[in-house]
Amino acid sequence: MSTTSRNALEAVAGREYKWGFVSDIEADTLPPGLDEDVVRLISAKKQEPQFMLDWRLRAYRHWAKLERTAGEPRWANITYPAIDYQKIVYYSAPKRQGTGPTSLDEVDPKLLETFDKLGIPLVEQKRLAGVAVDAVFDSVSVATTFKEKLAELGIVFCSFSEAVQNHPELVQKYLGSVVPYTDNFYAALNSAVFSDGSFCYIPRGVRCPMELSTYFRINTAGSGQFERTLIVADEGSYVSYLEGCTAPMRDENQLHAAVVELVALEGAQIKYSTVQNWYAGDAEGRGGIFNFVTKRGKCAGRRARISWTQVETGSAITWKYPSVVLQGDESVGEFYSVALTVNRQQADTGTKMIHVGKNTKSTIVSKGISAGHGNNTYRGLVKILPRASAARNYTQCDSLLLGDRCGAHTFPYIEVGNASSTAEHEASTSKISDEQLFYCKQRGLSPENAVSLIINGFCKEVFKNLPMEFAVEASKLLGVSLEGSIG
Amino acid sequence: MLSIRGLRAGVEGKTILKGIDLEVHAGEVHAVMGPNGSGKSTLAQVLAGHPAYTVTAGEVSYLGQDLLAMPPEERARAGIFLAFQYPVEIPGVSNAAFLKAAVNEVRTRRGMEELDAMEFLEQLEGKLALVEMDRSFINRPVNEGFSGGEKKRNEILQLAVLEPVLAILDETDSGLDIDALRVVAHGINRLRRPDNAMILVTHYQRILQYVEPDRVHVLFDGRLVRSGGKELAVELERKGYDWIRDEVAATQPVS
Repeated sequence: MSTTSRNALEAVAGREYKWGFVSDIEADTLPPGLDEDVVRLISAKKQEPQFMLDWRLRAYRHWAKLERTAGEPRWANITYPAIDYQKIVYYSAPKRQGTGPTSLDEVDPKLLETFDKLGIPLVEQKRLAGVAVDAVFDSVSVATTFKEKLAELGIVFCSFSEAVQNHPELVQKYLGSVVPYTDNFYAALNSAVFSDGSFCYIPRGVRCPMELSTYFRINTAGSGQFERTLIVADEGSYVSYLEGCTAPMRDENQLHAAVVELVALEGAQIKYSTVQNWYAGDAEGRGGIFNFVTKRGKCAGRRARISWTQVETGSAITWKYPSVVLQGDESVGEFYSVALTVNRQQADTGTKMIHVGKNTKSTIVSKGISAGHGNNTYRGLVKILPRASAARNYTQCDSLLLGDRCGAHTFPYIEVGNASSTAEHEASTSKISDEQLFYCKQRGLSPENAVSLIINGFCKEVFKNLPMEFAVEASKLLGVSLEGSIG
Repeated sequence: MLSIRGLRAGVEGKTILKGIDLEVHAGEVHAVMGPNGSGKSTLAQVLAGHPAYTVTAGEVSYLGQDLLAMPPEERARAGIFLAFQYPVEIPGVSNAAFLKAAVNEVRTRRGMEELDAMEFLEQLEGKLALVEMDRSFINRPVNEGFSGGEKKRNEILQLAVLEPVLAILDETDSGLDIDALRVVAHGINRLRRPDNAMILVTHYQRILQYVEPDRVHVLFDGRLVRSGGKELAVELERKGYDWIRDEVAATQPVS
């Protein structure tokens, strides 16, 4: 590859992280370390009912056993220094005056300012019409917009803490029903110590009229972020949900271990989109977020449909497999992913599609882009159980390499348990060719714009599944101008 | 407009152009003809600035500027357009998006305002008619799944949209059936103006029946060995390239 094209690739890959500032906000922070008392303290701070504390403690004991015995999962294609779980702060919340804000007017102006700076104005009048936001700052939800408007339709959209207080029956019924605390090391840790997150319930037959979104922000140094999102779409309902994330630039690594559970009942549809832009660390690999996340949806009823769309551009390490359990007959699971690794970033990401019901269908489209010393792994499991007759899967897995120091790896696992089902897998690995770059330059495009355009084209099948606002943001994140806004 | 003096260039240490001299003025159409391997495409690529080719001697002045010192994108913005012999595919990028990006780069350079999507589409409609292309064409990914003829027509569409000062057409006529050739030639004729110029690089005289050149040059073994009017093309077609080969052999000492 020629020098100019390499420079162009590096310009695109080495874009600056604009969200790396720290907000000076007084916080209520527990000392580092984790034991049963910390779990009890978190539960007490949140004034949780007994069932929550019991569940947390069971999760903690399971995690503690795992930590003593097997330890963290080691099968992923990533390397990182050992994490000392006793050095992490498990609870940090912006300090509140009195009993805490009941309306946006009472939210600390510094917090509003922080989210404004991130491009997420929480003052409702200024919001993009059609997007309701739950803002999570460190461990707690600080504001949820459009709550009342949604309540008129019977939609519950609030912080997880509020849901525990106001809708304990829903929480008790669905919490851990898709991702039990025994699922894996990080899910167990999250279940024990999660301090907040978003909760959403769409009643039967209701089509949620606006995009719901959660914006996650890590601020406090040395703290981990452990949030939990639970979305329940009752029969015949529809919701589109967005998730965005940023964190300050720091030299040390920070742990993010979230759990997202989706439940789609008969005929319900959930679209879940993520633009993940946690701080990725610097060019030498110092700092950045360790992102160990468990995301899973269950198509519990017939004809239920769950789509995951993710654009993963941040984090030093991404370990994430948004999955769908296709339990209901004729249910549909989809996974569309763009994962970009630059500098020293490592991503081991993919999906699991578990076909249980008959005539179930899943689609996987994964686009991995590696630049610099980035290392990108697709890991996927398509499992069709014996009773899932006439199930279908289509998987397309493409890797794009920029430069000659990065890596792309693909680990697809396909298990088909009956003879009437089909699974298709297509994979490709390519580089941006000098001929493509020259063609673009000959038409007047700068080398940077040429690379952006080609990358954008490569990701198009995924971007087109994102809601408009997010597609724009995702494009910008990849340093590209929006393709597809015309024609 | 374009002045090439003593141009020597090659690829991977092998010299292909062995001293080219050529003057192109505004309003002119030049045909550069020659047998396979004579260096026709190399000349086109070198003028456009392809990084694989190295210029070892000579100079090229374009509108008073040192063309060889400019990176390819600067040459393009300054009005040099190369219609590729083998246009590459850019998967996932629509023709419309690609062209809009290109047009706006050129407009910015010329101090004009960028076109928004609606203005751009309006302009594009008229140009599509010029090359008899269907509207659905503009939403398809650049060159992906295009037939050979469609790719060539797409190059002429880009030429029409970008309105270059100097267009270099590298074997745009090769591989075209007679109908496609007529469409392409018609497009080229419509784009001829007193203030622009074209260099048609071609193996055959065929396209010159539709596009009348002002000057015809014969490129042989890296040198322009003959120049003349359009009658030279007819003579070449009749006698073939062997005639040139024999003449060159006769006039040059055996080395």
